Amino acid sequence: MNLDMEIKGLNFYYAGKHMVLHNINLEIYKNTVTALIGPSGCGKTTLLRCFNRMHDLYPGNKYEGEIIFQGRNILTKETDLIDLRSRIGMVFQKPTPFPMSIFDNVAYGLRLRGIRKKSILSEKVEHALKQSAIWEEVKDKLHESAYALSGGQQQRLVIARALAVEPEALLFDEPTSALDPISTAKIEELIEGLKENVTIIIVTHNLQQAARISEWTGFLMLGELVEFDRTEKIFTVPKEKLTEDYVTGRFG
Amino acid sequence: MPVREEDYRRLKEDLLVMAGLVQTAIKESVRSLVERDPAAARAVIEGDGRVNSYDVKIDEECTELIALRQPMGRDLRFITTGMKIATDLERIADNAVNIAERALELNEEPALKPYVDIPRMGEISGGMVKDAIDAFLNGDTELAIRVVRQDDEIDDLNEAVLLDLTFIMTQDPATVSRAMKVSYISKYLERIGDHATNIAEMVVYMVKGRIIRHMHPEDLRDLDKNA
Repeated sequence: MNLDMEIKGLNFYYAGKHMVLHNINLEIYKNTVTALIGPSGCGKTTLLRCFNRMHDLYPGNKYEGEIIFQGRNILTKETDLIDLRSRIGMVFQKPTPFPMSIFDNVAYGLRLRGIRKKSILSEKVEHALKQSAIWEEVKDKLHESAYALSGGQQQRLVIARALAVEPEALLFDEPTSALDPISTAKIEELIEGLKENVTIIIVTHNLQQAARISEWTGFLMLGELVEFDRTEKIFTVPKEKLTEDYVTGRFG
Repeated sequence: MPVREEDYRRLKEDLLVMAGLVQTAIKESVRSLVERDPAAARAVIEGDGRVNSYDVKIDEECTELIALRQPMGRDLRFITTGMKIATDLERIADNAVNIAERALELNEEPALKPYVDIPRMGEISGGMVKDAIDAFLNGDTELAIRVVRQDDEIDDLNEAVLLDLTFIMTQDPATVSRAMKVSYISKYLERIGDHATNIAEMVVYMVKGRIIRHMHPEDLRDLDKNA
């Protein structure tokens, strides 16, 4: 299995002083799905947002340690954040379509990269919509507003938007918590198919979802990575008592 | 929705009742042979339906728990172990029925010789079932490993009985039919020991998350040390 990302001794501080992640060491393998689980406030979303430096959008946040992504530490000052975020895309809890047409949503990142030629745009938009399993549902209304879509469709559209710029990894932050079981199943199926091309890291409160879709699972608590192992181990024979208490719902 | 204490209690109670029925079946089937008591043998055969209904009940209970509670970790190991234990107990009861059937047949004819090893095997195998279930109820891996070890004892007795019977048969062809039936009984008891061993091994998995089935005795010793 190829290593895609290596997190070494990662500490993270909000507003420069409040330490929320403590010495995280983790390996993410290429073309796999890794789930991050843990109680609210454990730091799993904070950790996810380190991977594409989302925290840099707010001043005063501080990283220590290293995140080696494809051989380079992305925590250095030299990292081009726009480039990083197109290589490591992100999908949020609530669908976040832009107030524009379906087509323009998906073409957004491509245009940002300077692609103007209509035939190339059309081709890439179609490909991304097909990859995210929503093409059949929207192909006849590409120029209608993205807001006309259902929540589940919007979430797949947002995934298409992230895929259009051909990322190497995708981060999902609770991508189905606002969706019904059918839409959830579609997103999960989609994630399963996507890992052929991208490495996926997903934060989820839904343990069954983590069990269904991931190969690796990390359990965090109070900003520390308590256990990281194959998903089947975490959910059947975890090594740590804390993990066992969490996955069996005996927490407190 | 985590698995609740009452779920644990209900499943444990049902397995305890089922194990009680099975232990009685072993004891009574052997007694029906030794004391030449056909009524006892028939009671074992008729009582098997109750064991079967517990097998079904426990199966349904566990399937429901999996669907409704979506158990993980030790809860999942507890429920899957419970399910498999019910299967083994059901097979043990079937073996007891087989013993009772052979006893009915043997009791129609004069006894070959006084039974010595067979009652001993009945005691050991019944004790193994009891200990394996106690180990399950209390999560006691030391007791479970003792059960696994005890299986050798019953295997040795089975070997001795077969040797003995072979000798009897070579002496007098008229004994062959009866001796074969007794050898079946010995084999049934040996199988009961195997099923009890399965249960004990599953208990170790349930508690430690380690599968010790098909393990070498030496590795088992290491496990014992860590117990």
